[in-house]
Amino acid sequence: MSLESLGWQGLVILVVFGVSLLIATYCTYAERVIAAFLQDRVGPDRAGPFGLAQPLADAVKLFTKEEFFPSGANKALFIFGPCLAMITALMSSAVIPFGSFLKFGTTIVHLQGIEINVGMLYVFGIVSLGVYGIMIGGWASNNKFSLLGAIRAASQNISYELAMGLALIAVLMMSGSLSLRDITLQQSVPGEWQFWNIVKQPLGFIIFIVCAFAETNRTPFDLPECETELVGGYHTEYSSMKMGLYLFAEYVNVFVASAVMSVIYFGGFNFPFQYELRGWLSSSQGLSLDAAQNIVAILGVVSVFAKIFAFIFFFMWVRWTLPRFRYDQLMRLGWTILIPLAIFNILLTGGLITTGIIPEIKHWW
Amino acid sequence: MSLFLFLSFVALLSALGVVLAKNPVHSVLFLILTFFTLSAHYLMLNAQFLAAVNIIVYAGAIMVLFLFVIMFLNLNEDTEPHKPALAQIAATIAGGSLLLIMVAALHNVQPVGYDPATFDSQVGMVDRLGMVLFKQYSLPFELASILLLAAMVGSVMLGKRETGERNF
Repeated sequence: MSLESLGWQGLVILVVFGVSLLIATYCTYAERVIAAFLQDRVGPDRAGPFGLAQPLADAVKLFTKEEFFPSGANKALFIFGPCLAMITALMSSAVIPFGSFLKFGTTIVHLQGIEINVGMLYVFGIVSLGVYGIMIGGWASNNKFSLLGAIRAASQNISYELAMGLALIAVLMMSGSLSLRDITLQQSVPGEWQFWNIVKQPLGFIIFIVCAFAETNRTPFDLPECETELVGGYHTEYSSMKMGLYLFAEYVNVFVASAVMSVIYFGGFNFPFQYELRGWLSSSQGLSLDAAQNIVAILGVVSVFAKIFAFIFFFMWVRWTLPRFRYDQLMRLGWTILIPLAIFNILLTGGLITTGIIPEIKHWW
Repeated sequence: MSLFLFLSFVALLSALGVVLAKNPVHSVLFLILTFFTLSAHYLMLNAQFLAAVNIIVYAGAIMVLFLFVIMFLNLNEDTEPHKPALAQIAATIAGGSLLLIMVAALHNVQPVGYDPATFDSQVGMVDRLGMVLFKQYSLPFELASILLLAAMVGSVMLGKRETGERNF
């Protein structure tokens, strides 16, 4: 890799980082607006036009609040907890392909932080580490409600990780690759009909999205911070920006979960007729092949973000529609319904691949 | 080389931290750090799959359970049982002789270099590992998978509600 393309890659990584933070910031605004819409209220409209400066006002409020350390708290771990939650949330966006590639002369810029051979396992590993921030913070607070929240978070994440992994295995059996870029490219083949994975894996997608709600601690599975039972759950004792980091990490997680679902099940940066559009732009519009590719790549970025925003909206829609589960119902759903269903899905996928109903993958690129 | 030395230094330091930390929760956190440095070593050996699986299984699942149990037990310095002197001496001798055996077994080992002409850089990648597992070692691999599946089915069976049992 030349120095120039390395510099471009660094720029892409910075942009991905910035965009994750920006989206998480405006998720706090979007959540309130959507809540207000669903409950027939007005919502935040005072700070700036349409209340768009509300996240900034929130940040100022959180930063200027009193920093409070509970007595008997383990101070180092109390500070470390929210940091860890934020770090693990931000790490997983590194391998998500946000676009195909841009070409300037001889320089090719892949619109992805890093492309690794085991991208899916990387995301899975980081997701499984996400619970440490909550556990450490909850334990270090020296408060029984925090500890109960932390313990709920731990057992919930471990239980739902299993079903999530089993749902991904079915996708893996079809794709034959752990690289998220490969999985995206397989979902659209030039010159022939190719469906997104959602058509081939409807059951797997339903299992995956339920697990994604549980892994990001969103309603109806937000038991770790259930305020009717546990005051505030694992962040009961937190104040100021440390509290803000926990809330923020949740939105970054929602963004990453939406991105993973768009990439694995909804074609990622592919959109219908993209190769036809590229051919049309370069043949009858007189653009060079590179320019046509760049336009299609940018439209691909638009399409992947449209899918991500649709999923983020879905997360919020569900939050303001469904009531919270009871804890034993949550565990029962994970262990006795989702895991057997996921194993059945693997068997089904294996059968369909063996009988040739799901065609073999093509490494066309 | 300097990266290797740094990682080994962190690995040894955090492994010592596991043993020497007074607080069990700190011990567990040091152990997680040790697993991370081990994964980094795997990455340097070009074994991406092993590195990722090490993080998922050990750091992501088993250590979460460790932390879970230790948080429940609420262990701290006051509740730590004080072992009799005899047990402490016996443990020191046993550990010391284990160290002696390791050093004796390893001090003559010549580090095996690799031949750049025949070195296969893909050897730790997922597809190559799959080939080995499914072609050379398919029977042990399948047996292990049946064992794991049986454990999982068992846990689901234990969690199932019996007829007439209360909800909670």
